[in-house]
Amino acid sequence: MNHRLLRLRVNGAERTVASPPHATLLDVLRDTLGLTGTKRGCDMGSCGGCAVLVDGRPLLSCLTLAATVEGRDVQTIESVGTPNHLHPVQKALVEAGGMQCGFCTPGVVMATLGLLARHPDPTEEQVREALSGNLCRCTGYAKIVAAVRSAAQAMRTEAVGGAPP
Amino acid sequence: MKLDPIPDGRKTVRVRDVDPEASWRPYRDVPPPGPHPHDPPGGPRLVGGRIPLVDGPLKATGQAAYTDDLRLPGLLHGRFVRSTRAHARIVSLDTGRAAAMPGVVAVLTGLDTFQLPDGSTARIGDRRFGVLPLSRDEEALPAEKVRFVGDYVALVAAEDEETAEAAARAVAVGYEDLPPCLDPVQGLQAAAEKIHPGTGLDGSNVQKHVDQEFGDCEAALRNSPLVLRGRFTFRGLNHAFAEPHCVIADAGPGNRLTVWSATQVPHYVQRALADVTGLPLHRIQVIRPYVGGGFGGKGDPFPFEAAAALMALRVGRPVKVRLDREGVFYSGRGRHPTDLEMGLALDAEGGLKGLDVQAVLDGGAYASFGIITTYYTGVMCMGPYKVPAFRYRGRRVYTNHVPSGAMRGHGGVNNRFALEVLLDEAAERLGQDPINLRLRNLMAPYSHTINGFRITSMGLRECLERVREGSGWDARFRRMPVGRGLGVGCGFFISGSNLPIHWDIPPHEYPQSTVHLKLDLDCGVTVHTGAADIGQGSDTVAALVVAEVLGVGLDRIRVRSQDSDTAPVDLGSYSSRVTFMMGNAARRAAEDLRRQLVAGAARRLGGHAEAYVLRDGEVVDATDPQRRLGFDEAARAAIAGSGALVAKGTFVSSPMGGAFKGATAGLAPAYSVNACVAEVDVDVESGAWACTKAWVAHDCGRALNRLAVEGQIEGSFHMGLGQVQGEALEYQGAALRNASLLDYKVPTALDTPQITTYIVESNDVDGPFGAKEAGEGPLLPVLPAIANAIYDAVGVRCRDLPATPDRVHALLQAARGPRKPAAPGVRGP
Repeated sequence: MNHRLLRLRVNGAERTVASPPHATLLDVLRDTLGLTGTKRGCDMGSCGGCAVLVDGRPLLSCLTLAATVEGRDVQTIESVGTPNHLHPVQKALVEAGGMQCGFCTPGVVMATLGLLARHPDPTEEQVREALSGNLCRCTGYAKIVAAVRSAAQAMRTEAVGGAPP
Repeated sequence: MKLDPIPDGRKTVRVRDVDPEASWRPYRDVPPPGPHPHDPPGGPRLVGGRIPLVDGPLKATGQAAYTDDLRLPGLLHGRFVRSTRAHARIVSLDTGRAAAMPGVVAVLTGLDTFQLPDGSTARIGDRRFGVLPLSRDEEALPAEKVRFVGDYVALVAAEDEETAEAAARAVAVGYEDLPPCLDPVQGLQAAAEKIHPGTGLDGSNVQKHVDQEFGDCEAALRNSPLVLRGRFTFRGLNHAFAEPHCVIADAGPGNRLTVWSATQVPHYVQRALADVTGLPLHRIQVIRPYVGGGFGGKGDPFPFEAAAALMALRVGRPVKVRLDREGVFYSGRGRHPTDLEMGLALDAEGGLKGLDVQAVLDGGAYASFGIITTYYTGVMCMGPYKVPAFRYRGRRVYTNHVPSGAMRGHGGVNNRFALEVLLDEAAERLGQDPINLRLRNLMAPYSHTINGFRITSMGLRECLERVREGSGWDARFRRMPVGRGLGVGCGFFISGSNLPIHWDIPPHEYPQSTVHLKLDLDCGVTVHTGAADIGQGSDTVAALVVAEVLGVGLDRIRVRSQDSDTAPVDLGSYSSRVTFMMGNAARRAAEDLRRQLVAGAARRLGGHAEAYVLRDGEVVDATDPQRRLGFDEAARAAIAGSGALVAKGTFVSSPMGGAFKGATAGLAPAYSVNACVAEVDVDVESGAWACTKAWVAHDCGRALNRLAVEGQIEGSFHMGLGQVQGEALEYQGAALRNASLLDYKVPTALDTPQITTYIVESNDVDGPFGAKEAGEGPLLPVLPAIANAIYDAVGVRCRDLPATPDRVHALLQAARGPRKPAAPGVRGP
């Protein structure tokens, strides 16, 4: 197999990986770097479970060739928060019941971060639109939408208070 | 549709001399509202709250490890060769080229043999298994023939996924096509080549047939002033859970198998693996990592689990098989495609006189849960209304389609749709309000049905009142402009199947659920349960029940539910049984531990053990509150001289029901009921419609966790909406045309409307703290509520699901345009 070296910046760290030219970003994240928080749900861009941020914008890593993100900033769920220091979006999803099985949740978190970066105070319609590529089969979306809006509110309050988001 | 009676009359159940009034008479008083006998003194601290999932933070951060996230040293990757033929004899299997590829470790087919523990040799294709002991018709890999496009033919194990995939493509399979059966109604007739020779009805592909009659249904249909008949058709569905199937198998020293699998029923997987490998159960360990949703689709033991286990035994290294999304669609087990005819007889006042159901179910290639589905398609209609006469003929037919199985609302969804749509029609014919018509026919709490279901709590009246008020029903039904409509539907579902399936063991001899607790010097409580948390939050239920009884916070409780080596047997996450059964077992285990703790406190401080209560992290003598110990001190006092405390609780439902064949089907220790009002907006030109609002009231007995109950109601609504809106397995010949999440349309965040949920608490006598199920029942009323709303909006009845815009458009064309149906003559209760 023809492997080539890729230099990626993942969660702030420079990583050099050997991978075949057709390797997707999802393959590299999960299988080479062991970042299994990003999920493989359909492998064809339909479910949103593999969403990551590339230069701050949500991207489906299963449809992205790893070679195309060299030199760009890749952020995965592993960079977002820890169980004891949840990001406000994660905290809201937990507390509002915006997850059940949790498999779609990392993708939902990443898509939400992308949304809130553009629209810190999104309408319900904007939230639904932004998450329309993230299939959730458990919750019926109601509590996800509510959680995203309450997280946005919490983040705006924090931002006003001067605390880092 | 006219289904002939079963030729073998012995299998027909006909109970003519039923006494409906006697059945319906309550057998006990409704317990008064207020504290439940399970409540701790002073009332519950956690039950009824809004409790986030105990594993939420791990899920939110991506740290929860699902099966595909596990990394094992030396892990091999497995890929299946799957059938490209609908029904064919396997005439040759050439694995030579695949096996010779660098990186390929082994190729397994149904013709391969392996050694059983007794030293004898077995052929893989001869070893059968299946989820129900009565219908073991699956093989890990077949030796003789394939039965649907997508059937498993061979398994390749290689050092990496790409090699495994390339090798799977290099396996050459020679087929001799056999006549396929792709139409279940045709499958009722004699078959030239049965899909499963030797099973089911002689000569045909009928796998299961049920003929039942209670009371004189024929007379009711003949003599009642209003008789409505309707034919309804339903397509097959896929569960579309988020996490694709994945299994890892490893053979340790002494050929002890360890299998990690994303399953709803670890115990059944263990059983099936024993059937296939011949290993005794104690040499099979099943570990259930985090599971990304199931909805019934991970409730069967699967050929991929069995084949992975055989591969691990063969090569002595761990093997992972992850199915891609297409592979998931071809693993099936979703809702049965159903052709259903229903007749409903009513008196002039709207009282139900008789119900006649006929159904042909497309079972696909294997039995799965199908025997149960066949019964349920009839008997799930026995509530929540008083039915004085009932007749059912059901046929489940093997076809060369993707296997059907259990899916959320198992066996209670399609028939419910038909019944609730016919009730809507009946109300209109009688000039009655459809909610009033339903109220008129409600069964009483703590009564029986004519086929022997023992009903306990029943909060449907309140459910109907809540959605009536919430939706503004009286002012808006039949009164909104053309194009906008409201519709109502109700539901009735089992809160756990009463029959514990323990294979060769007589029923009711072994518990359906057992929970162990351990309390040691660290003063934390470990809960051991085999109940499978598949995302519904059963770990959280276990933790909160135990914490409630012990009067401590959730931080002191850790649930260990993943490993069959430590978890006592629980029959798994299906039939909405976990909260009721595991919840009761956990409650009893905690009560046992509480007894040990108060005994320890009494030894340390004096007084009577019975006088001590546990609350707010303390053990206090209620008669002398000076006598008190912190939980830690009390735990250590009880452990002193005895070592770690262990406690146990079990649940086994009592035998109940009639003595006729099939009487156990549909029996449950309790039933949930619910009502839904949906609002729709229909474009009268195109037939496109959207559900814009919904109100769902669900009687879950008692909400142990309101957040979780709401989540189940909202999730159920979403799945019900999908079946009306467009979810359907589409075939091109025998192959699926939409085996992807791009083409199989699951509702998105934009399709799912605002849902108002109402939790109705009928305080069930036997449920843990009064609780009943909430996971499946709330789906049932959604489908008919939406279809009835479309009728209110534009005056056309969609009896075939999904109600796609082109179908609604065609109905509007046939009706020469939309119309507003007439408002009921009688309004209000």
